[in-house]
Amino acid sequence: MKDLQFYEKDGELTAALYGELDHCLSADVRVRIDEKVRQLCPRCLVLDLSDITFMDSSGLGLIMGRYTLCGRAGIAFRLRGADERINRMLGLAGLGGVIKIEENGKGGSGR
Amino acid sequence: MKNRPVNEMKITLPSLPENEAVARGCVSRFVSCADPTVTELADIRCAVSEAVTNCVVHAYKNAPGPVYINARLYENGRFTVQICDRGCGIPDVALAMTPLYTTDREGERSGMGFAIMQTFSDGLKVSSRVGGGTRVFMEKYLKRQP
Repeated sequence: MKDLQFYEKDGELTAALYGELDHCLSADVRVRIDEKVRQLCPRCLVLDLSDITFMDSSGLGLIMGRYTLCGRAGIAFRLRGADERINRMLGLAGLGGVIKIEENGKGGSGR
Repeated sequence: MKNRPVNEMKITLPSLPENEAVARGCVSRFVSCADPTVTELADIRCAVSEAVTNCVVHAYKNAPGPVYINARLYENGRFTVQICDRGCGIPDVALAMTPLYTTDREGERSGMGFAIMQTFSDGLKVSSRVGGGTRVFMEKYLKRQP
């Protein structure tokens, strides 16, 4: 089953996630995303959540972790396709307005 | 005061990561009987996922153990779910429930599990005994659709 796909264009690496972003999936894709980032050293990492059908605090951990890692490595970081629910969770974690979010998402973490 | 439930589900699952999806799927299907809104259903799925993930990640660190789930629906639209384990227990429940607090930095836990359970339910009670296990009780009032 497809759970992660990478796209790269002009130094911008997009990691598109599919399915239910829970503890199971987060633990798995985290390693693969970090490895790809190390390989390609992009100037920007975009986590695309448009095709996520569910997310809990484990997904939040994945986002927070990539945000921190990118910050340390001087890589820009953005989220794509974060729906209202994901935004609400980011807000709970105090990350509302901290992490850059593209507004064109169609995502749906459970709606 | 509290009437008998009109429907009840009890399931026991070993604390395997893949059972996080099984647990929230079962509870979600159970709640569907009461015709919840899409948002209510998503709230419950997420809250259950958090509680079961805690059992997988924290309660039974070394070997999987049983997770007991008891979901109930009452006539007035009240939904309750209790998620229990017999794992390691939490020494300081209030501290564990503090947003962003986690004992597992390395595992990249966000520390937001209890905060999400609190936000997405209408009531959360957590009791725990070190060496005895943890009990999470949540309730939610489903708005009846006209």
